[in-house]
Amino acid sequence: MKKYIIKSFFIVTVLLTVTTSCDDTFIDEAKSYSIDSETYFNSEDEYNRALIAAYDLLQSSYVNVLLGEIASDNTASGGESANDVVGFQQVDDMTHTSSNSNIRDIWNFMFAGVNRANYILEFKDKTDFEGKEQVIAEARFLRAYYHFELVKWFGPIPMKGDARFKLDDEKTIPRSPINDVYASIEADLLYAIENLNPVAAQQGRATKGAAQALLGKAYLYQDKFVDASNVLENLITTGPYSLVTNYNTIFENNGENGLESVFEVQYSDGEGAGFGCLQCSEGNVAVGFNGVRNYVGPVFDSGFSFNVPRQEVVDAFEVGDNRKAVAILDIQAWATANNASFGVGYKHTGYFNRKYLPRQGDQNLGDQNLTNPNNYRSIRYADVLLMAAEAFSRGGIDDVKARTYLNLVRQRAFGDNNHNISASGAALTDFILAERRVELVGEGHRFFDLVRTGRAAQEITGFTSNKNELFPVPFEEIQFSNGNWTQNQGY
Amino acid sequence: MKNNFLVLTLFLISAFGYSQVYEVKGKVIDTKTDFPLPSVNVVVKNSSQSVSTDIDGNFKIINLQEGAIIIFSYIGYKDFQLKVTKNENITIRMSEDINSLEEVIVIGYGSKKKRDVTGSVTVVSTKTIDQIKPIKIEQALQGTVAGVSVATGSGSPGGGFNIRIRGVSTNIDNEPLVIIDGYIGKLELLNPNDVESLTVLKDAQAAIYGTAGGNGVILVTTKMGKKNSKTRVSYNTYTGIQETTRKLDLLNATEYALLLNESYANGGQALPFPNISGLGKGTNWQDEVFNEAPIISHDFTVSGGSDKITYAISASDLYQEGIVGKGKSDFKRNTARLSLGADLSKKMKLQTNIIYTYLDKDALNENGLGSVLFNAINTPSTIPVYDSNGNYSLVPSSTGFGIEVINPLAQVDNTFNDYKLRKLNGGITLDYDVISHVKLTGRMGFNYANGNGKSFAKQVSYGGKVFDVTRSSVTQNKQNDNDYTFDLFAAYENKFFNNHNVKLTLGTTVYNSFGSFLSGTGYDVPNNSWQNADLSLATGVSLGGARDTFGYEYDFRRLSHFGRLEYDYKGKYLFSAMIRRDVSLRFGPDKRVAYFPSFTSGWVVSEENFFKKDGFINFLKLRGSFGLLGNDLIGDYRYRGSLSGEGTYVFDGTITAGTAVGVLPNPAVKWEADEKVDIGLDMKLFNNKIDITADIYRNTRKDLLIGNIPVSGITGVYAPGSGAPTINAGTVRNQGIEFAINYSDKISKDFSFNIGYNISTVDNEVLEVKNATKYLEGGAFGVSQPVPARMEAGHPIGYFYGFQTDGIFQNQAEIDAHPSQAALGAAQTAPGDIRYKDLNNDGVIDLKDRTNIGDPIANLNMGLNLTFNYKNFDFIAYSYASLGNDMVRNYERTLSNVNKLNYTLGRWTGEGTSNTVPRVTTSATNNNVLSNYFVEDASFLRIQAITLGYTLNQKVSEKIGITKFRLYTTVNNLYTFTKYRGFDPAANDGNPIGGGIDYGFYPTPRTFLMGMNINF
Repeated sequence: MKKYIIKSFFIVTVLLTVTTSCDDTFIDEAKSYSIDSETYFNSEDEYNRALIAAYDLLQSSYVNVLLGEIASDNTASGGESANDVVGFQQVDDMTHTSSNSNIRDIWNFMFAGVNRANYILEFKDKTDFEGKEQVIAEARFLRAYYHFELVKWFGPIPMKGDARFKLDDEKTIPRSPINDVYASIEADLLYAIENLNPVAAQQGRATKGAAQALLGKAYLYQDKFVDASNVLENLITTGPYSLVTNYNTIFENNGENGLESVFEVQYSDGEGAGFGCLQCSEGNVAVGFNGVRNYVGPVFDSGFSFNVPRQEVVDAFEVGDNRKAVAILDIQAWATANNASFGVGYKHTGYFNRKYLPRQGDQNLGDQNLTNPNNYRSIRYADVLLMAAEAFSRGGIDDVKARTYLNLVRQRAFGDNNHNISASGAALTDFILAERRVELVGEGHRFFDLVRTGRAAQEITGFTSNKNELFPVPFEEIQFSNGNWTQNQGY
Repeated sequence: MKNNFLVLTLFLISAFGYSQVYEVKGKVIDTKTDFPLPSVNVVVKNSSQSVSTDIDGNFKIINLQEGAIIIFSYIGYKDFQLKVTKNENITIRMSEDINSLEEVIVIGYGSKKKRDVTGSVTVVSTKTIDQIKPIKIEQALQGTVAGVSVATGSGSPGGGFNIRIRGVSTNIDNEPLVIIDGYIGKLELLNPNDVESLTVLKDAQAAIYGTAGGNGVILVTTKMGKKNSKTRVSYNTYTGIQETTRKLDLLNATEYALLLNESYANGGQALPFPNISGLGKGTNWQDEVFNEAPIISHDFTVSGGSDKITYAISASDLYQEGIVGKGKSDFKRNTARLSLGADLSKKMKLQTNIIYTYLDKDALNENGLGSVLFNAINTPSTIPVYDSNGNYSLVPSSTGFGIEVINPLAQVDNTFNDYKLRKLNGGITLDYDVISHVKLTGRMGFNYANGNGKSFAKQVSYGGKVFDVTRSSVTQNKQNDNDYTFDLFAAYENKFFNNHNVKLTLGTTVYNSFGSFLSGTGYDVPNNSWQNADLSLATGVSLGGARDTFGYEYDFRRLSHFGRLEYDYKGKYLFSAMIRRDVSLRFGPDKRVAYFPSFTSGWVVSEENFFKKDGFINFLKLRGSFGLLGNDLIGDYRYRGSLSGEGTYVFDGTITAGTAVGVLPNPAVKWEADEKVDIGLDMKLFNNKIDITADIYRNTRKDLLIGNIPVSGITGVYAPGSGAPTINAGTVRNQGIEFAINYSDKISKDFSFNIGYNISTVDNEVLEVKNATKYLEGGAFGVSQPVPARMEAGHPIGYFYGFQTDGIFQNQAEIDAHPSQAALGAAQTAPGDIRYKDLNNDGVIDLKDRTNIGDPIANLNMGLNLTFNYKNFDFIAYSYASLGNDMVRNYERTLSNVNKLNYTLGRWTGEGTSNTVPRVTTSATNNNVLSNYFVEDASFLRIQAITLGYTLNQKVSEKIGITKFRLYTTVNNLYTFTKYRGFDPAANDGNPIGGGIDYGFYPTPRTFLMGMNINF
């Protein structure tokens, strides 16, 4: 019996030893090589790294540019067939509804950008270091940039100040009125103007001039012509920017980040992505989508034949305008002259958006159609001049200045002074707006220019007033909000 | 047999004996066939005496003490015991050990006699595995176990299988837990010849595995040597030829050209083939791509044992080429195994088992847009394989051909990759009888695997296609995966008051898996050749600052404690209760601990006094089980906010890495809970010839772990590398009936047979998806089309969401009378186009008119397995069927100029010509959006294996020292009856949402084998 007791004791001891030594602390070991998101921001380097990530979402704005152009009267949807990217097709025909995955991409990507900027701003007081104002200013510039895109597309949007949105915020935080969104954009940009370097430490970083230009643009979108003219003129007179002599070189690889570049979204051909995560690509996805379908020949690479210029925008160029051959590729003429071949896609017009076509000689790592290195020239000095001209003209402030800025752009376009505009008043405004179209074709501004100047309904086929000025909030988002948000008018 | 023993025992107890020696001799024969059994081990318990029977089954043992027990053992037969009482000349009848109630079944942390098992448990025996001759062990579960369905992920050599026990229960991982001799392992690499049996725990019986058991459990028992058996050497080999089971009916060159002309004419374009004479049949791309491919296997086992030691040593070699791409999709598997058992003392037993596996697999682009078979289907038959210069001809880069469609032969030729895996797994088990009734078991099992992969992207141009590579590169990776399972448990077993049997098991299990992955890419491979494709030679780096290296480490842990109480009264009323406490590192500190209780009970009706044993029912057991199980098969650390997002941007022209928030955390994330209820019966009829098992079950999986659940985009989840949190937000129910019957009989001395049939139903329904949209989406259809599959309450999980067709528009009047279909993309609709139903009656056909148009889950699965033995011949046929599963035909590129299936010859060409197949045209249509036009019934019946074998008469083979010599010929996957048009209706990539979409599955080949088994 004693033996039994000893043995029983032995078993119990062994079991207890093993089970207690393997107690729940076995599970508590920390993961190696991982950083917790809530204990970050302990050094300057950590702020800088988070800032890089906030820039990242600029690259996803390729869809804003592509779809903004398709929405306008500049280009047709194109693609392989009527069912190829249905979201693009619908926007082209102005039949889009709240169930449109491409419009939803814009909502999702731009809010992702807002959140990355706000991640930094949420922790802005955690660690101090010299030069932090620059980091905060860049973060606020980026937040303003993303907010501006969102307010352009969707109108009122939810905002949460210097904090990331958390799950269920969509059920409680209302959509701020457009004025409040612009107020936030203005505040961010004023801070950025105060604190940003005039010259970027690295190509691609936001500068004081970029903030001024964006602020001027934001004013212009609110018809605040005096404010717009002030900030833009200040930029023109004090900034380091000037027009590039040869319009053609702007859109080539070695023309990137040139004299005219006020703000440019940076892309690379060094790291691609798949169709499952287009926003992950370091390349400009829109470029592959713009590419000539099945193209075989010199200079260009092939692509998906979306976003094809319509005849009417081609016809909008005056005779002698050097920009036409840069902006528009007449594929049949090109193919004949260069012994190239090409395919005919859906809604084929015979024209392609030459500014943003894939060029040969890029690495295009990953999926070659999704990894084109063409930077998006987000704000060009020419755009700044035309915005300033518009502000001076439409505000009735100074027609002389307006004409001067307009004619600077035109002199480059035609290579002479013979095409200068001498009109005043409303006629001058019309010339300025017409100039914006041809100067900036293919760069994604046209639709919003038409909307903010009230001309969209007359220019865009299928455009319904009091509806299509804004795009619908994605159907899913309305559902997520559980009644907190209402859909935009007409959708 | 047991009765004999009892009688003898009773007799002996009543007798007085003096110390005296006896001699026992006699003959051992098979009860069924009366054939003598040679080489039967005859040993005397607790002594060193042992002999074996001679060729005529005769034996003789002398100098036996009274009361000594003689044990007769023979592989595949039930042991027979004889107590010595006198000098005897006796005939021993041994019977085969099949479907025996006394058979011992492993049930997890212990075993149980089959008659006492109270859960729904099915065993696939060595015999079945031998008969099916699976290349991979998963195939042994196809059609053999009611309620288990096994789909092919790919028919390529070494391709994977998806095992589902009682339906698809979750949107995440549905694979059952696999336990090899006690430790967590994987089925996919095992040599089927090393497997003694597979035991499938389908219901709450699996609850002893707690959180890991929710998807069901497969217990693998590997072969061991038998005690007191002579050394047995077994050599099995087969060799054969594989071929495709099916080629699709495609258009030949003339048909293609005619149809294309019509298509262009309808689109108002010039005819591409003004002259079609001389086109003939053109290239049959499937004939070019498919080839016959060899398969060869050798397997060698030595096993045996003394009264203290058992051993089994085996080695195997399998080589298989692919029916597509031959050596480019080949598979080689070598295994070596050592199993050793030793009785270290009377109370301590050791069992060890170690397996080494080497695997070498090459793979082609499969089951995707632009995969090899996809291209074989879509490349026009007018294009020759080679151009006039002898180079692979290019598929034109012009409209209508698709930028993914390239010459499939060139594609195969330009595919270069290699994957090698070396794996060591095994375990040590120590049993210790501490005191009487108490046994302590310690067990350590481990897996250690090193994988090496290499792929070479050759610089190549297909003339403007997506597969063009502008800069050669080689990517190499190394993966190291390790895990161990440590068990320690004690079992107390005793009988009280003669009739009350109690067994209590208490223990703990520790599981830890950890490993690392490292990969790197080098550019500019010298000479652009596979020979030089190695990081040591490819020294180019990617320009612009992108990372060429990647790596990660992981460490996952689970700690469990469990207890099980088993009780029975006279073996008549059976009851067991289990509880398991699990702690899993996959959940946050507050949610880590979970308890999983379960109960099973049984009533052996046939043991009751009122039950007439001499009736036609020989055995009847009713059983029921109820329990809670879990599932934690999600990624690690979902409860913690990580900085694993991708935040790279380009500064100064250089890709610069930043730091970004990864997938959003959910601190409240917890287990999926699976509530399993099962009521079943087991019975034997007509002198145990018929064996029936029937079950009715309901599994309700709650708190489904839905990863990346759709949430509002304002939270930033669509940023690169980010994602929505994992939230417990859904419920899926699977219920059904299972019925299995086995009829085994011997008609005459020469003829015996066995027929097994099983049928099971699965009724799958999603009960709840708790997010704002009320559904989850998955899968892909066509190019840039809306997501095709959904999980939504009221429907089967992963149902196809598309338009309902309503015939073909025959004329313009019909179009005018119908709501506009312009919102689908093409503004114009013409006669000959598909008419879709306006399901929401809003007067317009748009995305809101989509509905449930089918689902990939079979409603009914069946298996029919036959074995006939006539004299020295054996005939085996295994088949299985699946009914009610749908598949989406997605291997058509649906462009004007690609090749088409020949059903398109029946297209609409004018009023009244067709109401199912739309017109062909190059102009824009809405005919290619996902509708039931693309959904096909993929029900099938497959003859999985047919074997004819001949075993040489033992008397003849014994003369050359061979105990068994069998020759056989087998046809695997002989024929599949189905209406489905694609390559393989039985294929499924296993995705719960988005599975059953066919890009041209690599079909499971038909294999003709000749084989040989030799034992000596």
